[in-house]
Amino acid sequence: MIRVALPFHLRNLARVDGEVELEIANPVTLRAVLDALETRYPVLRGTIRDHGTLKRRPFVRFFACKEDLSLEPSETPLPDEVVSGAEPFLIVGAMAGG
Amino acid sequence: MSKVRVLVGTKKGAFILTADGKRKDWKVSGPHFAGWEIYHVKGSAADPNRIYASQSSGWFGQIIQRSDDGGKTWNTPGSSPDELKSQGGMPKGESNKFVYAGEAGTHKWYDGSQHPWEFKRVWHLEPSPADPDTAYAGVEDAAIFKTTNGGKTWKELSGLRKAKGNLWQPGAGGMAVHTILLDPKNEKRIYVAISAGGCFRTDDSGKTWKPITRGLKSPYELPDPDAEVGHCVHRITLHPSRPDVLFMQKHWDVLRTDNAGEQWNEVSGNLPTDFGFPIDVNWNEPETIYVVPITSDSLHYPPEGKLRVYRSKTGGNEWEPLTKGLPQKDCYVNVLRDAMAVDQLDPCGIYFGTTGGQVYSSANGGNSWNAIVRDLPAVYSVEAQILP
Repeated sequence: MIRVALPFHLRNLARVDGEVELEIANPVTLRAVLDALETRYPVLRGTIRDHGTLKRRPFVRFFACKEDLSLEPSETPLPDEVVSGAEPFLIVGAMAGG
Repeated sequence: MSKVRVLVGTKKGAFILTADGKRKDWKVSGPHFAGWEIYHVKGSAADPNRIYASQSSGWFGQIIQRSDDGGKTWNTPGSSPDELKSQGGMPKGESNKFVYAGEAGTHKWYDGSQHPWEFKRVWHLEPSPADPDTAYAGVEDAAIFKTTNGGKTWKELSGLRKAKGNLWQPGAGGMAVHTILLDPKNEKRIYVAISAGGCFRTDDSGKTWKPITRGLKSPYELPDPDAEVGHCVHRITLHPSRPDVLFMQKHWDVLRTDNAGEQWNEVSGNLPTDFGFPIDVNWNEPETIYVVPITSDSLHYPPEGKLRVYRSKTGGNEWEPLTKGLPQKDCYVNVLRDAMAVDQLDPCGIYFGTTGGQVYSSANGGNSWNAIVRDLPAVYSVEAQILP
């Protein structure tokens, strides 16, 4: 069970409280998590990654286990703690301006 | 008695203001989509309960919202819980997918080079007067899109960008299709206006477009007096009884055309300044028009700190200030291009919102004004609906 923590505005958009839990087969990669998230919540398509290119939007960041994974390739496996559900995968709205 | 619903888009959410036909006592609903920029909210004339909203953020991009119950509840088209129960069928989660048709191409950049077209947001939504599932979206970077399935998917009418789009150049406020006028007497005719791009018309439902800028003069922005594109048109409007007569608030100058844009003539007349953003027409008097003069492109606030709507009952040239109920000192707000609307009652109601968060209304054609609300976030857009 993968735990995904969404930022405030995306939780509202997806109409969820707290974390989202996703079942994902191995290997659990950045891309696999985002694909599963968008499949469960199509309203999030285009808000985290661009339609078509699937490139991360500039002011969205990915954190896990106190590491910034935002610039990692999409096929990067997530840490074991995230795969086991011990730690959440964080999708964060970056600090960008006042 | 009829009801009035005023749809307000702001920097931090949407608000819905409702009143009976007296337009005296108002209820305020919102913020809807709190914290998001709402560039535009507009209802369908074919079904007043069908409302489209453009929601966007610098972090999470564009969202299209739709209400089918007059703004009580909202869904992103194609993503509602009921629609997601079915397999296959319409694409899911594509209501915010605005992809330029074919090769996106390039337009003129600030340094004179060519720059790729990049979608940023939807500035304006224009529902069809005949079909609630059909609507047009004016977007930045400047293009027009159309939906025929209630906003689930959008397709570009790419002929617009073939009208010398490579010469369009963004101004400081961006380069967007901010106004879309559907000719109520000719379903194949559409007008659009683009900031720093100009004014364009199609007569074949959007396949081909041509600049309609003859008569526009922009000596401070365009040295070429015969330039067809590049004029910074801030807003155009028409009265549905006379769709060949259009009024324009340009960066500088107020103008009118009596032949569907083939020739424009300046009607700024005795305005204290002819810079401004919105322009609108009285629903009951096609020759009565309204503007809000703003000091200049360097000083985006009213002259002398006095917020004045100017009305012409002669289709331009002769203007009178309307001040009753509006602040006449220490007022330094702006009124943005999509932030004025009229209703369809008699006498006509006029509404406008300010960057200071006030929404003013007049139930008597502009003779006097009241603030419906005073402390909203900066108002981006105002639209009015009459409900049975």
